[in-house]
Amino acid sequence: MSTDAPVKPDAKKSDVEFGSYKYGFHDSMDNYAFKSRKGLDPQIVRQISEMKGEPEWMTNFRLDSLAIFESRPMPNWGGDMSDLNFQDIFYYMKAANEQETSWDDVPEDIRRTYDRLGIPEAEKKYLSGVKAQYDSEVVYGSLQEDLAKQGVIFTDTDSALRDHPELFREYFATIIPPGDNKFAALNSAVWSGGSFIYIPKGVKIEFPLQAYFRINSQNMGQFERTLIIVDEGASVHYVEGCTAPTYSSNSLHSAVVEIVVKRGARCRYTTIQNWSSNVYNLVTKRAMAYGDSLMEWIDGNLGSKLTMKYPAIWLMEPGARGETLSIAFAGPGQHQDAGAKMVHCAPNTSSRIISKSISRGGGRSSYRGLVKIHKNAKNCRSNVVCDALILDPASRSDTYPYIEVEEQDVAIEHEASVSKIGEEQLFYLMSRGLTEAEASAMIVTGFIEPLVKELPMEYAVEMNRLIELQMEGSVG
Amino acid sequence: MTSVLKISDLHVSVGETPILNGVNMEIRQGEVHALMGPNGSGKSTLAYALAGHPNYNVTAGSIEIDGVNVTAMEADERARLGMFLAFQYPVVIPGVKVADFLRHAVSNVRNPERKEGEGLIGMREFRKEIRERMTELGMDHEFARRYLNDGFSGGEKKRMEILQLAMLQPRFAILDETDSGLDSDAVRVVSEGLAKLAGPLMGVLIITHHKRLLEFNPPQFTHVMLGGRIVEIGDAALAHDLHANGYATVRARHPEAENTKAEAAAVAS
Repeated sequence: MSTDAPVKPDAKKSDVEFGSYKYGFHDSMDNYAFKSRKGLDPQIVRQISEMKGEPEWMTNFRLDSLAIFESRPMPNWGGDMSDLNFQDIFYYMKAANEQETSWDDVPEDIRRTYDRLGIPEAEKKYLSGVKAQYDSEVVYGSLQEDLAKQGVIFTDTDSALRDHPELFREYFATIIPPGDNKFAALNSAVWSGGSFIYIPKGVKIEFPLQAYFRINSQNMGQFERTLIIVDEGASVHYVEGCTAPTYSSNSLHSAVVEIVVKRGARCRYTTIQNWSSNVYNLVTKRAMAYGDSLMEWIDGNLGSKLTMKYPAIWLMEPGARGETLSIAFAGPGQHQDAGAKMVHCAPNTSSRIISKSISRGGGRSSYRGLVKIHKNAKNCRSNVVCDALILDPASRSDTYPYIEVEEQDVAIEHEASVSKIGEEQLFYLMSRGLTEAEASAMIVTGFIEPLVKELPMEYAVEMNRLIELQMEGSVG
Repeated sequence: MTSVLKISDLHVSVGETPILNGVNMEIRQGEVHALMGPNGSGKSTLAYALAGHPNYNVTAGSIEIDGVNVTAMEADERARLGMFLAFQYPVVIPGVKVADFLRHAVSNVRNPERKEGEGLIGMREFRKEIRERMTELGMDHEFARRYLNDGFSGGEKKRMEILQLAMLQPRFAILDETDSGLDSDAVRVVSEGLAKLAGPLMGVLIITHHKRLLEFNPPQFTHVMLGGRIVEIGDAALAHDLHANGYATVRARHPEAENTKAEAAAVAS
């Protein structure tokens, strides 16, 4: 795991003069139906940047990032990525307004799950990739207007680069530079879509901002890039993803999420992801929390073939607090290698990690976490709790807690527990008339309840339904 | 028609160890039976075997409800046929709210044909009912929102068992030392609660070491278990006598039962 001090972004800001772009942004991309050829090389990266009409500094940033990606070895820890072939992937696809695939091409089991979760038709098509756009502007237009009046920027990242170039460049890649790790470098080279949010000083958004609001951009692409800036004293809760399985014909999802939480601000970032089981999900998420601020990650990982994701919080100034709640569900053939990182860079900072994982049907879940306390970060507190639930003998759970402390005057607690679904719990519930599957689902639902209750209502309901579906047919 | 729970020549082993060695008993709806006996005589084993615990293997004999052999059925199927066990040690299920659990249980038990994933009993109807039952049992309505038995005191757990009994309205209720480990107030609450619930539609088997539960729920039949067998059957007077004088005289009358127990212990060791 990377624990380096933050470094300056690789892009050189001085290379670019705003307003003299080679390709005018006014050229509407909407008329294009474009797909880069398979594979990855400087030509493809240049082509992506060109198709998007990006300024030169971004093109250079992408090319530099590609060089970093190519120079780095594959990680030798985490999960098995031996059959991940970087040359067998489309890195950029831009649909015109027509449908990309046919509904009939979506696998039967995924369609059935959508139906049983009660996902609306339009969303279903979006999630399954049948429809590239999900037009929610009509519904949420007035909300957008209201936010805009308060100075809030909530847009997709490509638009932000075009419409808010200075703000964008001030923060982009400052939290996660391309050199951070191989997959951050990959994302930096080929990123597309994602959310860009700026909350001005003192503005408190009372309702969760959801990616659904403006899902008609390329939000849920394979290499999305999200940047959130919460200015002093402001607060926001951002929700992305969906509990329904996100069908993807592409086998790699590698996102980068960067967040700045300034003095006295609060940010909560909730993700529920459920990738189809062919996907490698390798995501870098990091927030920097300044004085007396609060950053919270709520991270739910279902599906995928392998997920490696460790949302990090760097506590930069006294009084900063960080909290990560993580749920992972590993089913047959799946490996969830998930956790959190807390880096205490200043005195009087505190952090908490709560991780809950469930393994079933031969699935494997690992908690991998880091608590680091830098020298002179006195009087820090950190509390880590990881609970694993293993549903059958074929499944597996591991814990890799890393603790690096360079300061004496700190309090760190780590508790880990592994439980199996108890025979006595099952018998108790079954003796009240619940079938074995219902009883198991209820025990699992209860296990993750402390996290689910932190989710927005509709997500919580979907999450519980999904667990029930996952548990059906898992016993007997 | 009055339902009958019929236990015939029931032999039960846990692992390789035989615990019950031919138990016979017949309980009708509306009857109260007491099951007494010294520790280790097999009372709780009978309770678990009746409820269908997978670790309690029936090696011979049968359990029937109205002529339907339930011996091979899973615990949930038996529950849907009207069997209920109030646990001596209720199990903690973290994160599962009492109301959610009970709504599910009630839906299955009242509608035995219900398939997984089908609708539950209406929320309003259910809420009204559970509130009424909690009021009758002197329970705070807050109970419904707590996690099942999580952080409950001994008395609260036992009350929760009685609440479940009240909601599920089984035809046959087995109470396995539901009054043990409680202070006298809690014993009174449980005893009164059961007395209210037991009626012409419920057959009750009370396993107890205490007088109180039986004073509130006088048994028509008292069964005495020794060495995995019912060795004597009497009425309420027998229960009183055993409470007053202990099991020495019963043991003396049935030396063969003690021998069986010794044999079982020898097999186990």
